[in-house]
Amino acid sequence: MNYGTKMASGIEPGAELLRIENISLSFGGVKALTDVSFDIQRGEVRAIIGPNGAGKSSMLNVINGFYHPQVGEVWYCGEKRKGIKPHQIAHQGIARTFQNIALFKGMSTLDNIMTGRSTHMSANMLSQAIWRGAAEKEEIKNRRYVEEIIDFLEIQSIRKTPVGRLPYGLQKRVELGRALAAEPVLLLLDEPMAGMNVEEKEDMSRFILDVQSEFGTTIAIIEHDMGVVMDISDRLVVLDYGKKIGDGTPEEIRNNQAVIDAYLGVPHE
Amino acid sequence: MFYRQAGDFKTTYRDDIQTFPLKQDRWGYYIVLAIAFLVVPFFINDYWTSAVMLPFLIYAIASLGLNILTGYCGQVSLGTGGFLAVGAYACYKIMTAFPDLNIFIVVLLSGVITAAVGMLFGIPSLRIKGFYLAVATLAAQFFLVWLFNKVPWFYNNSASGQISAPERSMFGFAVTGPNADAPVRYLFCLTFLVLLAWVARNLTRGRLGRSWMAIRDMDIAAEIIGVNPLKSKLSAFAVSSFFIGVAGALFFSVYLGAVEVGEAFGITQSFLVLFMIIIGGLGSIFGSFAGAAFLVLVPVLLKNIMVNWLGWPTDIAVHIEFMVVGGLIVLFLIAEPHGLAQLWRLAKDKFLLWPFPH
Ligand SMILES: Nc1ncnc2c1ncn2[C@@H]1O[C@H](COP(=O)(O)OP(=O)(O)OP(=O)(O)O)[C@@H](O)[C@H]1O
Ligand SMILES: [Mg+2]
Repeated sequence: MNYGTKMASGIEPGAELLRIENISLSFGGVKALTDVSFDIQRGEVRAIIGPNGAGKSSMLNVINGFYHPQVGEVWYCGEKRKGIKPHQIAHQGIARTFQNIALFKGMSTLDNIMTGRSTHMSANMLSQAIWRGAAEKEEIKNRRYVEEIIDFLEIQSIRKTPVGRLPYGLQKRVELGRALAAEPVLLLLDEPMAGMNVEEKEDMSRFILDVQSEFGTTIAIIEHDMGVVMDISDRLVVLDYGKKIGDGTPEEIRNNQAVIDAYLGVPHE
Repeated sequence: MFYRQAGDFKTTYRDDIQTFPLKQDRWGYYIVLAIAFLVVPFFINDYWTSAVMLPFLIYAIASLGLNILTGYCGQVSLGTGGFLAVGAYACYKIMTAFPDLNIFIVVLLSGVITAAVGMLFGIPSLRIKGFYLAVATLAAQFFLVWLFNKVPWFYNNSASGQISAPERSMFGFAVTGPNADAPVRYLFCLTFLVLLAWVARNLTRGRLGRSWMAIRDMDIAAEIIGVNPLKSKLSAFAVSSFFIGVAGALFFSVYLGAVEVGEAFGITQSFLVLFMIIIGGLGSIFGSFAGAAFLVLVPVLLKNIMVNWLGWPTDIAVHIEFMVVGGLIVLFLIAEPHGLAQLWRLAKDKFLLWPFPH
């Protein structure tokens, strides 16, 4: 159990894990997010959807501390977040994948996923220099966990391949593996199925649902494919031009007039 | 017997993460070690020690150090000469201040001091990257050389401005000073190289090494999955500088015996070590060895051919040597950017399949 798991141990499934309160974020003149509020409950699949440029990725960047909103608060595990760095947030149990794959190109699949275990490893520099003993033990223990993920994602055959050489679909899968390796409490997925064919999307949906049910991981996912998103998510937030225009179950979102208008491209008055 | 992977199955993760996973490689390594320690000392003379062996051993340590920083962690440094100087002057100051301290410990302490200085000069890397960082380390290079020139305390106010190593021995054998014998000096440096290569290998195969490579390949993603960029970069600077400091201490005390900072540790040293890791292979332990061997041996070879065989005048030979080495570096950058280590890997892959390539 690492720090993140401990931190979230008091939050029951269905209770609020993360709360976004009145977040506004702008870049110079560009307003990426305007007064957005919503929550994510422990154990659910929460989708964030919306047209291009709606501010979805920016929202994830706020959640993992990469962007700092000018206004608003982020509450995680019942604590208000104050000025902490992305790597500290990773230690609190939040992991993610990126819209544009952000793997470590020069490293093998195995090393990429092992790097995802950083938050579970703590052998100091001296014991790593000596290797035999503490460092090796820690390495092997974490390797065992990583091999489970490799089996789970069915990527055994590319274990030692430098990821730069892998096709796009497999890279996406390795990136998911790297995020899963952290055993996150909250997993943020930014368009994990973009550019995939129907079959690959089905595989990915299956992985996501398995992660949710097997590890009890809470998942926030951005996805453009409406069919898939309605299928796998418990609740959705809909953003448009940086504003929240819908929030609810797939059923509620389907019948939400503002959402229908946004997607059909009704002009803003 | 063929060079094969087949039949050499890994049944534990421990077997899978060892340094030489192939049995043949492992044996090759043991044999090389045995020859280096048990055979070579009986055959080397002063010429071989000074012209080839000591420079190779010491530059290999420096290359390992720079490769950790630049090859593994992606932080370009042009300050190697300056950090070598820190190692050398630290060694000199400790040797003269504590005459009874064992020379092995002195060299290690020189590394520790250089590590601290390296970390200090690594702080800008938290803000700046790439070209700008290279320029910042270049500033470190010039500043350090200037400092050791200007402040007499560093050379104990000697009239010449030089520092020279007094005699120190281990197990009754002189390691430094004019009475040190070639095999002793060789073995002393070899011991450091083997120890440090082992440390480099250990550090680069575990969490720390992965965090360095993650910072190199994509620093933002690294931070977001929990790698602390500050710790990662500063540890790379520290470890790298430790290696380079040890190399500097050996360069001064065991190899040259007496140095003048501008001559011995100028900017050309920074470039030389950088070329070594580029030619050898960035991010490769083997590459650090290969690059050091290449750039130490080629000039010696060329000089022997041109001066001793062909009887050309020395000054012309030196100019041609510069041109040939320069040309080779350019050729390497174009033809095999991953260096000798990659060539070696490709050759081994071929061998693994030989004689049935399909
Ligand atoms: N780092 C940045 N600097 C400047 N503007 C930015 C930055 N990040 C996002 N933006 C702007 O914020 C707005 C929202 O971008 P964001 O990437 O969050 O949208 P998105 O919903 O993820 O879109 P897509 O579906 O295309 O991925 C856009 O107008 C974008 O140009
Ligand atoms: Mg996006």
